[in-house]
Amino acid sequence: MPVTAIVSDYENYTETRDAQKNFHGNIVIYVHWEEHLSFCSALAFPLPPAMPFGALVSEVIAPHYAAHPDAAKIDWSTVIWRIDGEKKTPDFGASLEANGLHHKSLIRFWTPFLAGYAGSAS
Amino acid sequence: MTVKKLGLRQRYAHMTRGLDWETTYQPMDSVFPYDSFEGIKVKDWSAWEDPFRLTMDTYWKFQAEKERKLYAVLDSFAQNNGQTGVSDGRYINALKLFLTGISPGEYQAHRGFAFAGRHLRGAGPRVAAQMQSLDELRHLQTQVHTISQYNKFFDGLSEFPHMHDRVWYLSVPKSFFDDARSAGPFEYMIAIGFSFEYVLTNLLFVPFMSGAAYNGDMSTVTFGFSAQSDESRHMTLGIEVIKFLLEQHPDNLPIVQKWLDKWFWRGHRLLGLVAMMMDYMLPKKVMSWKEAWEIYFTEAGGSLFQDLARYGLRPPKYADVATQEAEHISHQNWAVFYQYTHAAGFHTWMPDKEHLDWLSAKYPNTFDKYYRPRWEMWAEQEKQGKRFYNNALPQLCQTCQIPMAYTEPGDPTVICFRSTQFQSETYHFCSDGCKDIFDDEPEKYVQAWMPVQQIFQGNCGGATIPDVLAWYNLNNGADNLDYVGSPDEKIWNEWHAENARKAV
Repeated sequence: MPVTAIVSDYENYTETRDAQKNFHGNIVIYVHWEEHLSFCSALAFPLPPAMPFGALVSEVIAPHYAAHPDAAKIDWSTVIWRIDGEKKTPDFGASLEANGLHHKSLIRFWTPFLAGYAGSAS
Repeated sequence: MTVKKLGLRQRYAHMTRGLDWETTYQPMDSVFPYDSFEGIKVKDWSAWEDPFRLTMDTYWKFQAEKERKLYAVLDSFAQNNGQTGVSDGRYINALKLFLTGISPGEYQAHRGFAFAGRHLRGAGPRVAAQMQSLDELRHLQTQVHTISQYNKFFDGLSEFPHMHDRVWYLSVPKSFFDDARSAGPFEYMIAIGFSFEYVLTNLLFVPFMSGAAYNGDMSTVTFGFSAQSDESRHMTLGIEVIKFLLEQHPDNLPIVQKWLDKWFWRGHRLLGLVAMMMDYMLPKKVMSWKEAWEIYFTEAGGSLFQDLARYGLRPPKYADVATQEAEHISHQNWAVFYQYTHAAGFHTWMPDKEHLDWLSAKYPNTFDKYYRPRWEMWAEQEKQGKRFYNNALPQLCQTCQIPMAYTEPGDPTVICFRSTQFQSETYHFCSDGCKDIFDDEPEKYVQAWMPVQQIFQGNCGGATIPDVLAWYNLNNGADNLDYVGSPDEKIWNEWHAENARKAV
């Protein structure tokens, strides 16, 4: 529904503040490790769309989750991925863009047999 | 000659309604351009009731008397070094949260009611809104003066107006009031006057003021008493406005219901900061957030909405979800600040065993199962010298701007992710409540100043945490990080070592 406003052309006074063009060539990607809620929410990263998915995993995701005792036990070949709600098998050699990621995509991943500290999803 | 005195009712009639007139040089619609575009229909402004019948001259007299009493207490608190007598140095962090998160909202409310007090066509509500506008400004001033005594000794207080416009979690209260103030005057009155000041106000003031009383902070308690009679007038205005709108025209009901749903949910999200303060930040606890929610929302709100049912108004949408969340939000919020302590303007700490046991007792259904293990893991890591930090920035909800840390209704092990597409852009939300608000007015919320995205766009002083903290005017190493090891802790321990020496 349009905004109830005192002017009839409200949208002419607005700007989409987080449009992709404002991120200097990057796209924002959200990543969330399921059943590990000691990381309170999904993490946000500004990344070049040409970055290989494998580099996202090894250079961005892995180091940012390293503080968790489960992190060292992750077997990346068994990880289950959902990208924007769909189950996917990402191509680690291909770019984020080629893997279907776009500005403000959400990547959720599950690590089988790792369910957080003492199995508490923490 | 004896001066004939007017009765209260006559005085009120002369001093408010009697000062109003119908304009003739300009049409009324040009003089009051803001009170029709929202679709609210008012047939008879004179039907507005003002149970207080307060006139401006009496208002000044009352307020001056209260000021004299408050400032006498503040003076004696300062002379007696009252700041050394609170329960523990940790308590000051509740005041930091109040001054940075709540007090600027008083100022925003002052501006908002000044707007409503100019733009509502009826003289009754206009005068009431003008008085509330002055009250809110007085609250800001007295809060600043009350807390300034602590600012002489503790970190994290001095930059509150600057921080309000910049710091990531302060965008939560800021965006709440920006949203209300950029709406029309009727929505503003329902948002702040009714939903916040009537439905939710006890969940804000009782925790902070009782928290102050339990923790030996007599200056803040006195401020609370000084504000109390204003608050009851605000509540009366809040309930009056909703009854007035619903009685004026049946077409107003769906509009008012939509605003109630929206502002209840926004208020609930904002109060999560209070929940965390109650359960984690008060050294001497008053009650749990869950208990406060049961008393002040479930019971008090229940009878309020029973009363309003005769107008066709139903309780706010997602009230059931909010009640479920009362089990979780304080733990989830303190966990956010614990892991982002390096970017917080107050100190955090690990709850000790006694505190964890209190939480287990207050939250028997959830704490041991979902949250105690989290604190135990982090305590273990602290012991090993590997204190847990989150070194990435969090995903934020586009509506409430809080990190998306809240879990699915019914499953506290899974984050609640909601999203929507608007003009081929993706937007993320922490809840159905926040998503509905966006979907109703997407053009408004696409403009949101999201702190994380702003850092990525390069608008916050730089790309590293120290750059951003400097841009926040947040003194790295003093204002932020854990209480243990902070300058606050040092000064607190010095005072108490001195007291112990004197006692021997």
